[in-house]
Amino acid sequence: MFTALANPHRFMAFSRWAAPLCALAAIALIAPGLWLGLTAPPDYQQGTTVRIMFIHVPAAITAEWAYACLGGASFFALVFRHALADAAARAAAPLGAAFTLLALVTGSLWGRPMWGTWWVWDARLTSVLVLFLLFLGYMALRSAIDDETKAGRAAAILALVGLVNLPIIKFSVDWWNSLHQGESIFTPGGPKIAPVFLIPLALMILGYLAAFGALWIERTRGEVWRRRAQSLAVQAAGR
Amino acid sequence: MPHDKYALFVWPAYALTAIAFAWMVVDTLVRVRAWRRRVDQLEAATKPAPEPGARP
Repeated sequence: MFTALANPHRFMAFSRWAAPLCALAAIALIAPGLWLGLTAPPDYQQGTTVRIMFIHVPAAITAEWAYACLGGASFFALVFRHALADAAARAAAPLGAAFTLLALVTGSLWGRPMWGTWWVWDARLTSVLVLFLLFLGYMALRSAIDDETKAGRAAAILALVGLVNLPIIKFSVDWWNSLHQGESIFTPGGPKIAPVFLIPLALMILGYLAAFGALWIERTRGEVWRRRAQSLAVQAAGR
Repeated sequence: MPHDKYALFVWPAYALTAIAFAWMVVDTLVRVRAWRRRVDQLEAATKPAPEPGARP
């Protein structure tokens, strides 16, 4: 599939229907997820702040997924010199940064009433902040180098090195004493959350991932157009 | 719906999420359409002019 989509013409044909399909899936998942989340009963310990979970956890999972996509696309761009993979990597970075910022801000708004503080230099929070800085660093590096090929290669190396942060985020709550709660969804004995919270949470997670998919595909389309415009502008200037 | 003492934290979280989603959607669509329009303009400009006497 990756080989087939490496051809920009095939990708543009595929993405013409894939992006709206993902957007429709996102709406179909987020709308009931929001409704069930906002009408869920208050948690016996956390009260109504538990409703922040329905936007915080999906944002955090999508941010990590966005980085995995950025890393995967960077690998294909660096090793196989796929121009489309480079375009996809560039398109994923601002979306990933936005989802990471959302995870940090909504987590802070959840932490203040539950932990009594907006921020702690805790392993989970700090590793997610590092993720945000990696996204910013990737974008800054790309825009700092004039030669787009060199910029893409340097940023791809940074993205690949940054992949090491993903398992750190995932296992930070197990490896270090953390104020952040431990894993409660993907546990060996099954989710530790009551179905009344788990169902809207699952819908929101899938909805966020579908929304990221739609936006990523659409932004990659934009990146293909941008490169085509640049190449046409060079052709026009050479006449 | 939360209207208790925690509403001060819950609603801003949802409002910021809505703003972030709106930015992502609008920024994406504006950029894609702008580049698409630019490609159309450049393709029209770089298209070779028809030879004199050629049928349209």
